[in-house]
Amino acid sequence: MAEGLSVRLRQQAPIPLEAELDCAPGELLALVGPSGSGKSTILRCIAGLHTAADGAIRCNGDTWFDAAAAVSRPVQARRVGFVFQSYALFPHLTALENVAAALGGLTFAERTARAHELLARVHLDGLEQRKPAALSGGQQQRIAVARALARDPAVLLLDEPFSAVDQVTRRKLQQELARLRTELDIPMLLVTHDLDEARMLADRMVILHRGRTLQAGPPDEVMTRPQSASIARLVGLQNLFGGTLVQDGGGLKLEWLGRKLDVARIEGKPGERVSWVIPPEGVLLHRRERPSRGEAENPVPGTVQDCLRLGPFTQIRLVPDGGAEPLAFSVPTHVAERNEIAPGAHARVTLLAESIHLMPWEHTGEPA
Amino acid sequence: MDWPALALSLQLALATTLILLPLAVLIARPLAWRAFRGKSLVEALVALPLVLPPTVLGFYLLVAFGETSVLGDAYQALTGRALVFTFDGLLLASIVFNLPFAVQPVQRAFDAIPREVREAAWCCGMTRWQALWKVELPLAWPGLLSAIVLTFAHTLGEFGVVLMVGGNIAGETRTVAIAIYDRVQAFDDRGAAVMSATLVAISFASIALINWLGRRAGHRG
Repeated sequence: MAEGLSVRLRQQAPIPLEAELDCAPGELLALVGPSGSGKSTILRCIAGLHTAADGAIRCNGDTWFDAAAAVSRPVQARRVGFVFQSYALFPHLTALENVAAALGGLTFAERTARAHELLARVHLDGLEQRKPAALSGGQQQRIAVARALARDPAVLLLDEPFSAVDQVTRRKLQQELARLRTELDIPMLLVTHDLDEARMLADRMVILHRGRTLQAGPPDEVMTRPQSASIARLVGLQNLFGGTLVQDGGGLKLEWLGRKLDVARIEGKPGERVSWVIPPEGVLLHRRERPSRGEAENPVPGTVQDCLRLGPFTQIRLVPDGGAEPLAFSVPTHVAERNEIAPGAHARVTLLAESIHLMPWEHTGEPA
Repeated sequence: MDWPALALSLQLALATTLILLPLAVLIARPLAWRAFRGKSLVEALVALPLVLPPTVLGFYLLVAFGETSVLGDAYQALTGRALVFTFDGLLLASIVFNLPFAVQPVQRAFDAIPREVREAAWCCGMTRWQALWKVELPLAWPGLLSAIVLTFAHTLGEFGVVLMVGGNIAGETRTVAIAIYDRVQAFDDRGAAVMSATLVAISFASIALINWLGRRAGHRG
C-alpha cells in the first residue's frame, strides 16, 4: 500500500509482538486490547521510540523502518504527531510555547502565528500564556493535540488520550476528536482499552492480544461477528456458548441443550462442534400473558437467575432449561415489571436466527 | 587579612564550578536514564569523596598527580607545569572531591524528568541537542542550581585535600581556609577571626545570590 500507513512488526522481547495493520489516509484505526497487549508498544514502534526486532513500517511510500534492510529512521525524521497518555507537555513552557516547540524551521513570528492558529483550532484561544500546571486536564489534552498537529504530521498517534480526564470532559474531548478527524487526511491511530470509545470514534478497529493482531474490521462487525471465541471474550461479549451442527430436514441447524436452533448464516458439516455467540439485542423476552409475533423463532424457556435494574433498563440473566450458563439480555424496566421478572421466575425468550453468530469450536466451559 | 588567599579561593571555586557543571551533566544523564553494566560501580565511585577522609583522598590524589605518575607526567609533557603544589593540581583535585556534590543533585533532577517528556521533544522534531537545551536542562534547572551552590560553597570551605595536594604556597595554592589555619598556628587570633568572618560572609552572600538568580531564572523559564 503506497498511500497511508502499513505496519508489520515481529519480536519476542521485551514484549512479544506479531502485529500487522494498515491505516488509510483519513482513516481512524483503533487499537484495542487489554493492558499489556502491546498497543502502546506498536505506537512507539511507529514513532521510532522503540525498535522491533523484525518487520517494516511504511508511510505514504516512505520506508520508516525495515529490519531486513537495516533501515530505521530517527524519531525526528518520521513526522509523527504523538499524543501521549500523560500528554507529556513541557511544564516549563506556556501553552503557546509548547505548540511552537514543534514548529522548528520557521521564524519566530511564523511560529507564534501558527501556534496561535493551532490553539484556536482546539478552542484554547485566550489561554496561550498559561503553563500546563495552570490548566485543567482537558485543556492540557488539547494542547497535546495541537502540539501533535503542529508538525503537519504524516500520521497522528493517540495513546489513550482520554484516560486521564473525568467522564464529562471525556465525552467532550471525544466529540472534538470526532470533529477534528474529519478535517485530517492522514492515518490516525487511537490506542484504547475502551470498546465503546473505539466503537464511537473509529472507522475500523484492530483487536490485540499478547502482541498479536487478531482481527481487524469495522467496530460493529468485530463486535457482533468476531472470528473466534477468544476475540468474542476479548471484546467482552456475553452469551458465548458451544453447540453442534446437525442436519434437520433440508438444512443445517445448531443443536444446543437438546434444542435445534435456526441460524441465518450457517456453514459446516453435520456433527461439527462450534462456538457461538448472540448479542444481548438478539435475545427477546416473550410476553407473559399473550403470545406475540416471532415467538416461534428459537424459543428457549428458562429460569431467571438475577435481574439488575439499571435506571430505565433492567439486565436479566436467564438460565436456560437443561443448561448452566445464563443468557444475558436487557429489557426496558417497565417491561420487566409488567412481565413479573424476578429471580426464580420462569420466562421464555427468542434467540433471533439473524443474530446468532457461529465460530470455530473453542472450549467455552459450557457443555454442548 | 590575606587578600590574595581569598582571591585564590574564589577563583578556585568559580573555576571548579564552571568546569564541573557540564561534566556533571555528562555523567549524570546516562546515570539517570540508562541501564548499563557497571552503573552501580560508577555511582559508588562518584559518591566515594563523600565518605573518604579528606586526608585519604588527598593522599591518593597526591600520589596520582606526582611527577613520577602517568597523569603527572602527561600533564607536565603537555603543559610544562606540574600538578602537585600548583593551582592546576588544586583545581583538578577540587573537581574530583566535588564530584558527588555536583553529580548527585543533577542526576536526581534528570531522574525526575518523565521519559515521555523527552520523547515528546523528539516527536516535536527537536534533535537530541535541541531537546537538551530547550527541554532537559530547563527542567533540570533546580538540580543544576543545587550543584552550583554546593560545589561553590564546598570548594571555598575545603581544607584537607587542599593542604595535601596544594600545600601552602602563597599566591599559588594558599586558599583562605589554609590561610586561617596559618594565622591560628601563628597565634594571630585577630587575623584568623577577620578572615573567618569574611569567609562566612562571602559564602553566605554567594549562596544567597546564586539562589536568588536561580529562582528568577526559574520563574522566567
